[in-house]
Amino acid sequence: MSTQDKIEDHGLLRFLTCGSVDDGKSTLIGRLLFDTKTILADTLSAITRTSEKRGMGAVDLSLLTDGLQAEREQGITIDVAYRYFSTGTRKYIIADAPGHEQYTRNMITAASTANLAIILIDARKGVLTQTRRHSKLASLVGIPHLIVAINKMDLVDYSQETYEKIKADYLEFAAKVGIEDIRFIPLSALNGDMIVDRGDALNWYDGPTLLDMLEVAPAAHTEHDEPFRFPVQYVCRPQDSANPELHDYRGFMGRIESGSIKVGDAVTVLPSGRESTVKSVQLGGVDIGAAFTEQSITLLLADEIDTSRGDMIVKTAEAPAAVKEIRATVCWLAETPLDRARTYLIRHTTRDSKAKLTGIDHRLDVNTLENLPADKLAMNDIAEVSFKLAQPLFVDPYLENRGTGAFIIIDESSNNTVGAGMIL
Amino acid sequence: MTQRNTLTHLDWLEAEAIHIMREVAGQCSNPVLLFSGGKDSICMLRIAEKAFRPGKFPFPLMHIDTGHNYKEVVAFRDKRAAELGERLIVRSVEDSMQRGTVVLKHEGESRNKHQSVTLLEAIEEFGFDACIGGARRDEEKARAKERIFSFRDEFGQWDPKNQRPELWSLYNARSHKGENIRAFPISNWTEMDVWQYIEREGLELPSIYFAHTRPVVIRQGSIVPVNVPLMNGELTNLPKAGEEIVDLQVRFRTVGDISCTAPVESDADNVEKIVLETATTTITERGATRLDDQTSEASMEQRKKEGYF
Ligand SMILES: Nc1nc2c(ncn2[C@@H]2O[C@H](COP(=O)(O)OP(=O)(O)O)[C@@H](O)[C@H]2O)c(=O)[nH]1
Repeated sequence: MSTQDKIEDHGLLRFLTCGSVDDGKSTLIGRLLFDTKTILADTLSAITRTSEKRGMGAVDLSLLTDGLQAEREQGITIDVAYRYFSTGTRKYIIADAPGHEQYTRNMITAASTANLAIILIDARKGVLTQTRRHSKLASLVGIPHLIVAINKMDLVDYSQETYEKIKADYLEFAAKVGIEDIRFIPLSALNGDMIVDRGDALNWYDGPTLLDMLEVAPAAHTEHDEPFRFPVQYVCRPQDSANPELHDYRGFMGRIESGSIKVGDAVTVLPSGRESTVKSVQLGGVDIGAAFTEQSITLLLADEIDTSRGDMIVKTAEAPAAVKEIRATVCWLAETPLDRARTYLIRHTTRDSKAKLTGIDHRLDVNTLENLPADKLAMNDIAEVSFKLAQPLFVDPYLENRGTGAFIIIDESSNNTVGAGMIL
Repeated sequence: MTQRNTLTHLDWLEAEAIHIMREVAGQCSNPVLLFSGGKDSICMLRIAEKAFRPGKFPFPLMHIDTGHNYKEVVAFRDKRAAELGERLIVRSVEDSMQRGTVVLKHEGESRNKHQSVTLLEAIEEFGFDACIGGARRDEEKARAKERIFSFRDEFGQWDPKNQRPELWSLYNARSHKGENIRAFPISNWTEMDVWQYIEREGLELPSIYFAHTRPVVIRQGSIVPVNVPLMNGELTNLPKAGEEIVDLQVRFRTVGDISCTAPVESDADNVEKIVLETATTTITERGATRLDDQTSEASMEQRKKEGYF
């Protein structure tokens, strides 16, 4: 019997941690890795050594994620780091983004693949400008689940009153931001209270521990039924004349961005608009009959339809809009500001189109959360803008469909990725 | 509302890796997959099968041979490529040494780091614009920030300041002539995931991944294999004067250049045992208890010995 038959598998959850410097983000991540015993014995002994060298008695958990701090000292670009742990029933990927204001782009990057965000608050400081900024960015990137972790409870005598006060403050502002699923938890990352173990200092709190919240959080990005979206990545034509079965094989390869598909479903190929039905759903050349969101598969259609990378296969009854103009929230990522005179390349699913800015509606001040007039976009700016496209794109609004609502902006001369967009 | 389907963690990782490989195939004109015969690249070949069969792989396989590889692994490499019917390119560090582009400081110097010279020469020789590699972010701290599509300049250099932001699963593999993309489909896998995948897929591995007895010496606390036979029958990693050779039951967790891969002591002689052994050092107490209480006790003791609280 395989070891995998013995344990349940609750899939994989991607989350990000946000907090201001010194709120305890590294300590929290270290605590999660440590208390879930993910730290391999050899890593552990290396950490113990460093702690001793620095004159610390106990293991400093934040050293586990110290890569970032070393960089900060050396002034290298500070970037999103990815960390991993597993409870045996669920695998976790943490996107750890530095919290400074100038790192808006890092947080957007980290949030783009996450389904849950932990927002850290220092219990002594309460809701700060940064807390609002992080929450707003999380909602902008469409993170459906938020955990507000009120940390350093040991420094406020584990006071329930303090906790309730911060919670009320947060809720007041959250109503304006529009995040649906918000949970609160009191923590001491340093002492490990309410992270994996409950500890005995927070007995007035009767909710689940942080890890228990993570264990049951929905792993799928959305609970809603989404329409079928299948951008074609690659076309497989073995053209093996010796093998009659493969002679006419024409497989459309891609990953299902949303929805599900099964043999017999009526589909339309975009942009041609040609219709057909699904003859076979395959993985590795083997029929699997049906498939759903996030699976990488190969589709075979009943009719011969000329299809190539950049096309999209959808269910005939639920086709997306084909547009040559888009309005989107854009975060500018590059050091060189957006140049209104230039043509950029927009990459949306597997499709590229040249694009030109036609207007900037307004810019978001990430600290006051106010919309301000703007006529340019510099690094870390977030703005609502419009583009004119050379090729039609098949889009859904980002908040309804992440896969077909997101795009990146590429500078064709440097080939750099300079912007991230979410279609409105 | 219907009950949502969610993928198991291995299915999710596999689907992501397939997607990445297909992006390389779709975006790059002349990619290559680096295949060493090691466990990570063995997983990658299975992923490539799932991504591209019944077609052929849209890239050849390539191994940069240091000339100091375990013969079991080299033999396995050739066998696997032949079974798959895919083209295998081998370029060797020894050829670079003959050309004079690789100069060892002394004869015994590890050739591991010199592989990059040979790799760059091969990239130039074949005009590859992308190399698909099996690196994982959990391997070491420094890798935690590596992109899935990592950009290298004309000298093959990785400039941390010049990496492209990577959002959603929208990858940017564009490059100018001479530049190169390294793509890592299993970036998000841990060692545990790799072993679980090998177990689930029933993948065959070179024998030295499993517990076996071999002569070793203990050098500065590490287990160092000695008198290792090469393909040509020559012995390498000779013991130093005064070192005591012992026969130890060991297995390898990675199988790189002989001069710098140390095995671990283990009696795990099949994949299931390796998964359990890996689990006891990686899974939570809760997970581990469910797997096997006794092994978890044993490893806890080991952790304590090594400085656990
Ligand atoms: N008393 C107390 N100190 C904490 C707690 N969490 C973190 N710290 C300390 O706060 C400081 C900053 O923590 P760190 O994790 O480095 O913060 P980061 O900048 O958000 O990553 C460190 O000295 C931690 O030991 C906590 O729950 N209680």
